[in-house]
Amino acid sequence: MVLTVQNKLTGMFAFLMCSLMLSPAWALASEAAAAVPMSVVDDPNWWKWPVILLFVTFVMGIIAVLGGVGGGVLFVPIISGFFPFHLDFVRGTGLLVALCGALAAGPGLLKANLASLRLALPVALIASTMAIVGAMVGLALPTHIVQLALGGTILGIVVIMLTAKKSSVPDVPKADNISSALRICGVYTDQGETINWKVHRTPGGLATFIIIGFMAGMFGLGAGWANVPVLNLMMGAPLKISVATSKFLLSITDTSAAWIYVNNGCVIPMMVVPSLIGIMFGSFVGVRILKVAKPTFIRWMVIGILAFAGAKALHKGLSSMGII
Amino acid sequence: MSKITHEATQEQLLYANLLEKGMLIGLVLMFITFALYVFGVMSPVVPLDQIGSYWSQPVDQYLAAINNNFLHMEHAPTGWAWVGLIGKGDFLNFIPIAILSGVTIVCYLAIVPGLFARGDKAMAFIALATAMILILAASGVLKSGH
Repeated sequence: MVLTVQNKLTGMFAFLMCSLMLSPAWALASEAAAAVPMSVVDDPNWWKWPVILLFVTFVMGIIAVLGGVGGGVLFVPIISGFFPFHLDFVRGTGLLVALCGALAAGPGLLKANLASLRLALPVALIASTMAIVGAMVGLALPTHIVQLALGGTILGIVVIMLTAKKSSVPDVPKADNISSALRICGVYTDQGETINWKVHRTPGGLATFIIIGFMAGMFGLGAGWANVPVLNLMMGAPLKISVATSKFLLSITDTSAAWIYVNNGCVIPMMVVPSLIGIMFGSFVGVRILKVAKPTFIRWMVIGILAFAGAKALHKGLSSMGII
Repeated sequence: MSKITHEATQEQLLYANLLEKGMLIGLVLMFITFALYVFGVMSPVVPLDQIGSYWSQPVDQYLAAINNNFLHMEHAPTGWAWVGLIGKGDFLNFIPIAILSGVTIVCYLAIVPGLFARGDKAMAFIALATAMILILAASGVLKSGH
């Protein structure tokens, strides 16, 4: 199971690297060189896209809560696929969407001792460092290459969502040396039962966060989809601790990548603020609907939407390279 | 040496409280600054009816275009150049964005002394190193582009 998670992430990373390095367009394409004076048109209906964005992100916020995914992983493929905004701004906004979701949830999860600061600190050091590298690489590459790699990554996430198992309280016979030295362990109560937890395979887990951080920064996706399987299945943290720590972890990983996007000009407030408001209010409504909704159906719907958006991103990338 | 308990540690609570305050301040400011921008109380750099021509461009072309058409600065407005433009409605919105993106750095710096004081040196160094990484990212030194 551990190898499965690691293999899938490594496979996605290999696809990513191949699409980045082997593409002939990489050698030829340079958007800066192709810069031409742009024509500016006065559009009295400029407001329609922010309003549609507000509505779509509101629905996205509901679906994200019901489907148990972060906002960022839905935001980037859908908005880049179906809206007129450039992928640079979509990724910057996607990171801020994921960041704000994590900031809103983080304090409560930390106070309830479900998110573990001790588990998050070493992981965050690696993931946030690599998120910076990912963001810089993502901004340096031609858009169609990033679009292509994004499509492959989203389809990889679909595979992970379809196949990854979960374990409420994984069996961890013995903590490894690193987690023992850093005292990464804890205790929580679940349905009246007191559960002592510890983690193992820390070196492998930390190494996997090199890939996760890079991809989070490159695509502005957030990384809950990868954090949870690695913390839970690979390192052996209980599912509740893994989910809560993953959410909190995003507030750190996405902070580092978000600054790279903000400092490189990839933030347009007219995109960011409606998106944040839409996702936030959608999440509030989603939490209320959660009590009566059928999570299995919603989960399948999320997988379907992601598969479609991933295929669309691949198609966009390939067609802009003239391959199809 | 910390004991394992059901309760969150002192550092964890301090971190959570600071994160909560920063997040709330950022969100409230975001509503205020966006209202000032969108209702025309403060005029933006890019007029609202022209914004649709800009958001479909790659970031390099977008920055060059708004610099050529409106700002006429020596360099395109990257890094912390937005601070000099907060008198404009659109760039004013970077204040809450910077707060939301910066609160984690404050949280990290706040927990380091406590970790050192309790002899938790490994975690203190990890927290300090992460804070330095985040400060580097926020500094604007790291440039990238197509």
